[in-house]
Amino acid sequence: MSAVIEEHHDDHDHKPTGIGRWLFSTNHKDIGTMYLWFSFTMLFIGGTLALVIRAELFQPGLQFIDPEMFNQMTTLHGLIMVFGVIMPAFVGLANWMVPLMIGAPDMALPRMNNWSFWLLPGAFGLLIASLIMSLMGMGSAPNFGWTFYAPLSTTYGPDSTDFFIFSVHMMGISSIMGAINIIATIINMRAPGMTYMKMPIFVWTWFITAYLLIAVMPVLAGVVTMMLTDRNFGTSFFSAAGGGDPVLFQHVFWFFGHPEVYIMILPSFGIISQIVPTFSRKKIFGYSSMVYATSSIAFLSFIVWAHHMFTTGMPVATELFFMYATMLIAVPTGVKVFNWVSTMWQGSLTFETPMLFAIAFIFLFTIGGFTGLMLAIVPADFQYHDTYFVVAHFHYVLVTGALYGIFAAVYFWIPKWTGNMYDESLGKWHFWVSTISVNVLFFPMHFVGLAGMPRRIPDYNMQFAEFNQIASIGAFVFGFAQLILLYNVIKTIRGKSTEKATDQVWEGAEGLEWTLPSPAPFHSFTTPPTVK
Amino acid sequence: MSSSTNHDVYFIPEPSKWPVVGTIALTTTVIGSVTSIHAGSVNLILPVGFLMIAYLFFGWFGAVIKESMSDVYNAQVDKSFRIGMLWFIFSEVMFFAAFFGALFYARTIAVQWLGGSSNNAMTHEMLWPAFEAVWPVMTNPDNVKFAGPSEVIPASGLPAWNTAILLLSSVTVTFAHHALRKDHRKPLIMWLAATVALGCIFLVLQAEEYIHAYSDLGLTMESGIYGSTFFMLTGFHGFHVTMGTTMLFVMLIRSIKGHFTAEKHFAFEAVAWYWHFVDVVWLGLFIFVYWL
Repeated sequence: MSAVIEEHHDDHDHKPTGIGRWLFSTNHKDIGTMYLWFSFTMLFIGGTLALVIRAELFQPGLQFIDPEMFNQMTTLHGLIMVFGVIMPAFVGLANWMVPLMIGAPDMALPRMNNWSFWLLPGAFGLLIASLIMSLMGMGSAPNFGWTFYAPLSTTYGPDSTDFFIFSVHMMGISSIMGAINIIATIINMRAPGMTYMKMPIFVWTWFITAYLLIAVMPVLAGVVTMMLTDRNFGTSFFSAAGGGDPVLFQHVFWFFGHPEVYIMILPSFGIISQIVPTFSRKKIFGYSSMVYATSSIAFLSFIVWAHHMFTTGMPVATELFFMYATMLIAVPTGVKVFNWVSTMWQGSLTFETPMLFAIAFIFLFTIGGFTGLMLAIVPADFQYHDTYFVVAHFHYVLVTGALYGIFAAVYFWIPKWTGNMYDESLGKWHFWVSTISVNVLFFPMHFVGLAGMPRRIPDYNMQFAEFNQIASIGAFVFGFAQLILLYNVIKTIRGKSTEKATDQVWEGAEGLEWTLPSPAPFHSFTTPPTVK
Repeated sequence: MSSSTNHDVYFIPEPSKWPVVGTIALTTTVIGSVTSIHAGSVNLILPVGFLMIAYLFFGWFGAVIKESMSDVYNAQVDKSFRIGMLWFIFSEVMFFAAFFGALFYARTIAVQWLGGSSNNAMTHEMLWPAFEAVWPVMTNPDNVKFAGPSEVIPASGLPAWNTAILLLSSVTVTFAHHALRKDHRKPLIMWLAATVALGCIFLVLQAEEYIHAYSDLGLTMESGIYGSTFFMLTGFHGFHVTMGTTMLFVMLIRSIKGHFTAEKHFAFEAVAWYWHFVDVVWLGLFIFVYWL
């Protein structure tokens, strides 16, 4: 039924075998691995949808898919990338690394941990089934954009919308349980001597992210529940005919949606804050200011949501409040960028793949941050709203921000996970091909957006053709470049032609996770280490 | 097992089938719900899903109770459970916050704008010039599509009684807890049984109120924004009272079986927290839905 580890510490690396090891797991490393593979699989599915979009947009006019299918592509691409790739990858990294970093044997609530993971295949099974049925000509998959605004998703949503609603409920339950688990682990499982202000920054950023998740995922559940009753039980939350308001949908959605944006970036901030000091061979510059900056960003994320809605006709005073509050976020974010650069200053730098991704993150995420400032300015946003400029902005923060953080983390920690070094030259190929192509892909979107090209439309004016072709070429190169990562990861796991990793792995690495053997034993710390 | 700084022995549960059972149960319930909603009648998949969820609850909680009784949990596990329950309740608070937010927005902004306030004179003129912005909304902008209620439920009748009942139940559950901490089994069982009874009475009165609203007042989920917010808030609250009462009933059985000691009774405390939370949400409902 249950076991106290110490009773069989002579055999603490004993692993369950077969499919049951994964289905019934209570082990943070196995669950973390499942999260990461789930996310990687979804990256290729969501990426394929993106390539369909870019193929269609290679030229003006309709080439491959009709507008209805195009809408389903943009919708599922967004939903899969946000809920299926970025968030699960972060939870996977937290599962693997938080117990190692704080000196714990496992997560605080291991069975709930496994349920958090296994809800995801259920939720995404429902969502992807609707796409497969749509491809087979049986109805339409969700087609209202990943933001599923009413009345597109209520009055005009296809039948599959109701599956989508419950699928979001399941993802929400998964995220809330995952977040509760991380909070309980960090509060309760730290090794003796590991005070809050000694925790690695990655642990700090996830601690704060977990609170954001618990605060906003229930709000998302609330908004899809109101959608469900509006669609099926005659309520009129989002229908002005009954005294409701479609704009109410946007308020509730973005009250979730804006903190969600930080949920998708704060853990990457944490990862970069681990990697930059390691390869600079210095302590991080301004540790406590990093903690306070992260907390400030989290707080501000709750009072900026209406900057997504400047063109809905809100009163001017409201627009001004949300504009200034949004701009305030640049201050703590600037503190973080300053601290990363200052950490590198006069450091003894080397440029292994994780460091390359981290440095690219600092440059490219900052570009996304600046375009965010441009979008925050109300009169300017009236021009930019719903153009490709917005698409360029959030792909810079989500791809070269969040996803680059995840790539950096995989290269940084995979020697600890597998006991083998990855292939450094393949890693550098992956980095350079990705970084060049991702800019070819997204940078021209700024120009077509400023010139007025609307997002989520399968056809466009001739004047946008060249930049769209450039973007599409970048997209295909970037997409196929990810196969290098897949190959490198498989090669590292097999470990036949790679070097063995040492315990410390990286010369400048500091922290409890680097004191364990590589690969880390099945149960991390069976007796708590002491932190001085 | 009692020291609060006991870090020498970690507890990690053995592999467990319950998470996967839970996923299958939820996915089945979802498929059953959506297909039933689309068909307009309950099909077989939905009750199967519910049965699987019941199996999940019995199995998973049963396993945890057995572990707890066999004393494998140490103080650290106890604290993890407490943190887990606390933040679960917080997530529930945020779930209700979404619906309260919808109520406040509808009442102070959406309805007012439809009536022409702020910079919406033309909205009013062009859409529904006859619409008057009053709360409760008795005549909807499009009163053919969404027929407004003829009356709404005043705070002074059943809702006032229900407020008294829930407040009283919070007192009785606290008396039960005090009895438990002194290891007085008989008053524990008596006060707990009283709490369960009060929960049941609340639910009966709430059902009474719904029947009255539907059959006499024309106040339904379809009667515009007032009915929408009214039934969403009171409905989800009622669902939480149902869950809370069920949990209290399980605690009653476990008390009769003698599962709890004066020192060790986290399950009881968790349910008491949950019950107080349900109570506080009701106070919000009473003030903002019924009274003001």
